This record gives sequence, C-alpha cells and structure tokens, in this order.
Amino acid sequence: MNGCMERIYNGLIKENPTFVLMLGMCPTLAVTTSATNGVGMGLSTTVVLVLSNMLISMLRKVIPDSVRMPAFIVVVASFVTIVQFLLQGFVPSLYASLGIYIPLIVVNCIILGRAESYASKNPVLLSIFDGIGMGLGFTVGLTAIGLVREIIGSGKVFGFQLLPLADVAAGKSGYVPVTIFILAPGAFLVLAGLTALQNKVKNNAAKKGKKVREASGCGEGCASCGGCSGKVFPTGNEEE
Amino acid sequence: MVLSENKFMMSSSPHIRSKTTSANIMQIVTAALLPAAAFGVYNFGLPALIMLISTTASAVLTELIYQKLMHKKVTINDFSAVVTGLLLGLNMPSSAPWWMGALGSVFGILVVKQLFGGLGQNIMNPALGARCFLLISFTGQMTTFIYDGVSGPTPLAVLKSGGTVDTMSMLIGKIPGTIGETSVFAIMLGAVILILTGVIDLRIPGTYLATFAVFVGIFGHFQNPDIGFFDPQYITAHLCGGGIMLGAWFMATDYVTSPITKRGQIVYGMLLGILTGLFRLFGGSAEGVSYAIIISNLLVPLIERVTLPKPFGKGGEK
Repeated sequence: MNGCMERIYNGLIKENPTFVLMLGMCPTLAVTTSATNGVGMGLSTTVVLVLSNMLISMLRKVIPDSVRMPAFIVVVASFVTIVQFLLQGFVPSLYASLGIYIPLIVVNCIILGRAESYASKNPVLLSIFDGIGMGLGFTVGLTAIGLVREIIGSGKVFGFQLLPLADVAAGKSGYVPVTIFILAPGAFLVLAGLTALQNKVKNNAAKKGKKVREASGCGEGCASCGGCSGKVFPTGNEEE
Repeated sequence: MVLSENKFMMSSSPHIRSKTTSANIMQIVTAALLPAAAFGVYNFGLPALIMLISTTASAVLTELIYQKLMHKKVTINDFSAVVTGLLLGLNMPSSAPWWMGALGSVFGILVVKQLFGGLGQNIMNPALGARCFLLISFTGQMTTFIYDGVSGPTPLAVLKSGGTVDTMSMLIGKIPGTIGETSVFAIMLGAVILILTGVIDLRIPGTYLATFAVFVGIFGHFQNPDIGFFDPQYITAHLCGGGIMLGAWFMATDYVTSPITKRGQIVYGMLLGILTGLFRLFGGSAEGVSYAIIISNLLVPLIERVTLPKPFGKGGEK
C-alpha cells in the first residue's frame, strides 16, 4: 500500500487515537455533548495536527534533541492561537460551546505524541498525511461519541430534533431524554461502549480470517503522492 | 483425578463447608424486604405494585438475556437479581412511569453488575447505581412524590427548609417518599429477620446510624440555628426520614460492596454516617443516602487494605 494512504488508514482505523490509542481523552470526554461539537473539535485538532506535523517535520534536523519539547510546544501553540482566532471570528457559536478546550488543544496528547513519535523522525509529506489520518480518526471518534450522546441525551442529531420530546405538562407523549448521557458520566459510558463495539467488530473480522477491509490503492487525487513510496523515503518508527 | 479412589480426599482448603449458599442468603433478604414492599403497595396503591413488578422482572430478564447471549452460566436462580430489582423498586417514587424502573434495572444489572463480572464483582450496589443513574437522568420525576393524590415535600425536605414534622407518622410510614422507604416499622421488621437469621450483623448499620445521629446532632445547629445541639426530636426525625433506614439495613450491608474486615466495617459505617449527614445538611438536595453508599462502596477496597488484620506473631515492636 502506498505510504500516504497507509498513514491515513493507520490513523483512521488501525491506531485510531480515540478508540485504540486512547489519547486526547480530556477533549473527548468533555466536548462531545453533541455531534456538532465533536466535529468542530475534531476538525480544529486536525488542522493544528497537520500544520504542526508539517512544520516539526521540516524542522526536525534543526531542533536540538534536548530542547525538542519546548520547541514542539511553541510550534503547536502558534497554530492553536491561529485556529482559535479563526473560530472566534467565523463560527462564534462553536467557539462559545467549545470554550476552554480550544486553547487546551496545545496540550492534546495526540498532537505532542505524533510530533514526538512520528513527525520528528519522518519526512514532511508522510508527516502531513499522518496528521490527516490521525486528525480524521480523532474527528470520527468524537463525532461518533457526540452523535450517540446527543441522540440518547436530548433526542437530537446535529441539533435537529429527531425524536419528538414528551411534554408532561401538555400531556404529550414522546421521547424522554436520558439526561445522564449529555452529562459527564455519559461520556465514559458511551466511550466504553463504542470502544467495546469496535473491538468486537475487529475481533470478529480477525476470527473469520479476513483482514479489516483496507483502503486499496490510490485514487486519482493521490497522484501527487507518488513520491512518497518506501523507495524514496524510509518509512520507519511507526510504532513508538 | 488420579487419586479419586483413595479414601482420603486430598484437596486444598476449605475443608469444612457451610450449607449456606448465595441463594439461601438472597432468599432471606428477599423475604426480609417483603414487609416494606407490602407496606409500600398498601400505602401507594396499584402504581407501586406495577413499579415493583417492573423493576424485579426486568432485572431478572436482563440477567437471563445477558448470560444467554454471552454463553455464561445462567445464575438467575440465586435470587440476587430479584434482590437488586426489588431494592430498586423500593427506591423509586410510585409516581414514576414503570419503564423508568425497568430502564434502571437494565442499567443496574447490565452495566453495574454483569459488565464488571457478575455477582461478587460489582463495584457498587447495583440497585443504588441504577437509582443514581435515574436520579441524574430524570431528576424531575425521581424527586416528585405524590401521596394521596397530592404532590408534597418529603419530611426531609420539610426539615431542611426549617419546618417541623410528625415523627409518629414517619415511624408508621404514612408520608410521601419512595415506595419502600417510608415505613420504619416495616423496614425494622425485615431488619430483625436479617439479624436473627445471621445474614447481617449490627456492626455496619449500628456504626452508620450512630455516626449519623451524632453528626446530625452536632451540625444540625449550623444548618438551622433554631435547632439546638443534640435535639432528640430533630435527630429522630432525621433517622426516620428518607432512605437511611432502608439504606443502613439492606443496602450498606450488601456483602459484595462492604468490607469483610471487622475494623473495616466500622470505618465504613462511620464514613457512611458522615457522608450522609454532609449531603443531607449541606448538600443541594434533602436526601443523600444513595450517593453516600455508592461513594463508600467505591472506597471499600482501600478501607480493606488499610484495616487488614495482622497474622498472629507478625507486627509488634520493631
């Protein structure tokens, strides 16, 4: 498989940051009260992750080993500040609902973890795709958790009232939201449930002797990444 | 076994076995809960009966279905699911819809009990875990108590807002509250059965109630300055009101989630008393027994580790 696509597959499924690596649990548990928040948080993190992976990979020969952590933090923090201002300017409602968790992207383990274990040791293009894969994996995880919590906890999907709510005062029957799911304990329950579910699916697939279906080959959009196959750049250090 | 024909059984301890089984104990507990359940049905009528049936049946059904699906040994005959369901039912207000109780039972059995490994492995009392799940999810319905067709405050809520209550009717149970908690007499009848049959001893409930009484006696004054220190009527009202009697005799004493060391049981009882007093006097709502018990349940492993008795000959002066 092509190196770039392999990175994306790795981030989305094999080493999904939410369900497999269990990284970045703080935003995962805190902001996923709705699917919209999950998408917003996931995409903001993806943008920061791609940009910081790119810059750190470019600077990997420049940054001295002994001060790499402060250097990573400076790079990540700059991008987070940019993203924060953009969100505040263009999607103020999302900015308000994500709140403190946007500046906290700086200390998100996924970003530092990828910088440390991948971007600082691998070439630029692969690092960018690693950022995309990990970021999308995080987005998918957060959106899935947010979706389940939103449906059970308030009967909505992306803010749209899917299940009509019951109104005791008006004697109208309907869905009674299980509020605990949009409160903190619900985050743990849903995260655990979804993790168990994906483990079950993966185990079943492994048992049947089938590998989990892999994205095969490279579409037309990937023509540009012909250069990043294993021949040109060494692809190592993936499991650190 | 190779030595099976040998006359002498070679096996590891225990060598002397008691006839008591989990099922025996759970049956006794079920029987001891029946007076409170019967009084609840008498007090609140048909909705209470429907609620009790709904919680009990769904608890047993959940356990059956889960164990069938997971290809595990079906253990519904040990009555532990019945006790969980019945306890949850007794902790529900009669005005709540029946499906709410059923949902609670599913949560209690599935998440709190079975996912942690079944009977003996649950981290907290399944019935109380379920009740707190419902309390957080449906705060409105879970704290609305309808009695004689009117929705009124529980004696504890009256006490908290500085009013006075009739202790006699609290002893008998003609007050609003959850199905099983109102009648102190009915609960005590069950407690006497448990004590006489040796299912529980007085250590946990005794230290719980005593610590709580002392705590309320001292700090009641700070919550409501009109109450003097150790006002006997105020303490009695607190002891008879809310779920503390049901909690102390039936839920705090759950074998799985209470310490096995004797000193640990005393520490546990005191912790329960202090937490319940704190929640009742200074917490947001008038009742705090459920939260006090599940928080103490979670601390049990630590309590046991600290209070491990020393083997004979160990320790002493160094």
